[in-house]
Formats: sequence, C-alpha cells, structure tokens
Amino acid sequence: MDKTNQNRFMKYLRTERLPNIFCPGCGNGTVMNTFFNALELADKDFDNLALVSGIGCSSRIPGYVDCDSLHTTHGRPITFATGLKLANPDLDVVVFTGDGDAAAIGGNHLIHGSRRNIDITVICINNSIYGMTGGQISPTSPTGSYGSTAPYGALETPFNLSKLTKAAGATYVARWTTAHPVQLSNAIKKGLKNKGFSFIEAISQCPTYFGRKNKMKTAVDMMHWMKDQSVLKRKADKMDPSELEDKLIIGEFVNKTAPEYTEKFSKLLEDNCESGKPSSVRSAYRVD
Amino acid sequence: MITVNEELCKGCNICKEFCPHNVYEESKALNKKGIHVPCPKNKEQCTQCGLCTLLCPDQAIKVDDEDED
Repeated sequence: MDKTNQNRFMKYLRTERLPNIFCPGCGNGTVMNTFFNALELADKDFDNLALVSGIGCSSRIPGYVDCDSLHTTHGRPITFATGLKLANPDLDVVVFTGDGDAAAIGGNHLIHGSRRNIDITVICINNSIYGMTGGQISPTSPTGSYGSTAPYGALETPFNLSKLTKAAGATYVARWTTAHPVQLSNAIKKGLKNKGFSFIEAISQCPTYFGRKNKMKTAVDMMHWMKDQSVLKRKADKMDPSELEDKLIIGEFVNKTAPEYTEKFSKLLEDNCESGKPSSVRSAYRVD
Repeated sequence: MITVNEELCKGCNICKEFCPHNVYEESKALNKKGIHVPCPKNKEQCTQCGLCTLLCPDQAIKVDDEDED
C-alpha cells in the first residue's frame, strides 16, 4: 500500500488485512480510531498492550490491531483477561466486546469482573442488535425496536449496562456514542489510566441490521439519531424521569478509587510465597 | 492536504455529513468498487481539526499540513 497515502492510525494496524470486514458505516472502525487516539493521549506503550475479545462483529477488532491479541470463546473475554492480568500484572489488558458478548452470554463475567475490581479496561461496543448472526434482538435493544426475531417490536426492557456495572462495583464507568468520538476517546483514556475495572460503553450504529429494520437505512441517519437521542448526564440529573424515556444518557457515571484485585493478589503472594512473585508454577502455599 | 484512500473507502459518507466546515463533497466518478468516494472540494475551509480521521471507520482519510504544489 502507498505509504504516503496513509491515515495516522495505520501504524497500529495489520495493513495486510485491510480493508476491514465491517459493513460500510459500521461504528467499530470509529471506536478503533478513538481507542488508538486514547492510547496516544494516555501515553501508553503499544508493545505492553494485550487485547482480548470474544465473539461478534466488535470482537474482530483485535484481529486488525498489530499487537498481542487473544480471540476467545463467546462471552468469556473478561474471564481470559482476568487470567492474563493475574499472570502478568504489568500488562495493560483491554477487552473489546459487544453487547451480546458482554450482556447476554457473558453477563455474569461482566458483573463479577466489576465486583473484583480487577485492573482491566472493557470497551463494550453496544449496537443494540446481534449484527454478526443476522439481526436478532439483543439484551440492549430498545423496547419497541424491530429485529429479525421481533417483527412486531421488542417487548422486553433493555439492559442498562452502565448502571449494571456501576452497581456491581466498577471504578470507572462512562457511556458515549460514536457520534461523540472526542469525548469517547477521552473516556477510554481515563479508563486506561484508571487502576481498577473500567467500563466504557460505546453506543454504535449497525446500519445493516438495526438501521435497516428501524427506518434508518444509512450510518449517517443512525448517527444523527444517536445525537438527537442523547442527553448529557449533567442535564439528565435535573430532568424528570418521564422526559428521559427513550433517551440515551451519556457521560461519566463513576470515577472513584477502590482496592484493586491484582494488588491484593500480589500482596497475598508476597506474604505467603517464598519468591514473592506471582507465577503459575510457584505455589501460593507456604513451604513448611 | 487531505487525501482519501480509494482502496479503503466504502462510501459511508460519514465524513461528508459530520465535517464541521463542509469540506467534503461526493465525487461524480466511481472507484473500482462502484462507490462514489468523497473528495475534499473545499480544501481551503479545512481547519485540520482531525474529526474526519477520527470518525472514518475504514481509516481512509489522511489530513496533514503539507501544502500542495
């Protein structure tokens, strides 16, 4: 590929795999850019990074990034990331996951990751539908939205992932959309710097399945819809709950400090293990 | 200078729609995939805010301050 014609994020990508597999206008590419921008802002070492993902459109992102990556089973990226972080606490572990991956099949892992407050950054790309398998309704599809499994509109109340992780004990929670790339980038930066479980929900567009079934045929229509629907948290706190029906509340929900799991685990090893280093070979039990 | 990589662009028009200074316009010609690749028509209005490079899902746009000769 012509080097002079390259985008500023191209140095992070496996260029031989491009153009990417995502549909025209898919938000995954935008989230990928905001992540690279956040890496630059947070001043993180690209070689010290490990990306973990599960199954889904959004989980294909680590396949395009030229760093250590782990593509794991459906719904289990946070589990694998926990193991990775405990085995090597110096690593910056980032999980790319979708709404079906994090909220449906991996819902338990998400809440338990938050509960442990382990130092990983989870970027959940929420497109409100199962895009890879043909547009089925996901746990985050808004009530009344159409999908291939809901021809009369979804009946269930959607999951509020940011509220869920906040309640479960995550120390950094933020939600932005792909129509707010600068703010999303800043949120990912804060998440990368936060020592603890960081959850960033990136509301994204799926023009192929969600948009087409919900009268927003193009990515541009969907992004305008997201911009119109979103209300800043600061503003939403002063509004009446009846006004906030069908609205997307965006902003930073939690930013606090709490004891971190790998530190606690390392301390346990230091106190009880001869070598004092976490390792899968050495036992944590005392040699008597 | 703004360059749009024709091999990578999928024609989603996000750059055209969300550029704060309306720099992009749809080109009349098709690329080899049959897509109207956006072209930077109003280059003099670009302030190099970099929003298009951040938004482009296919990493097809490059913006830098090199002048064209």
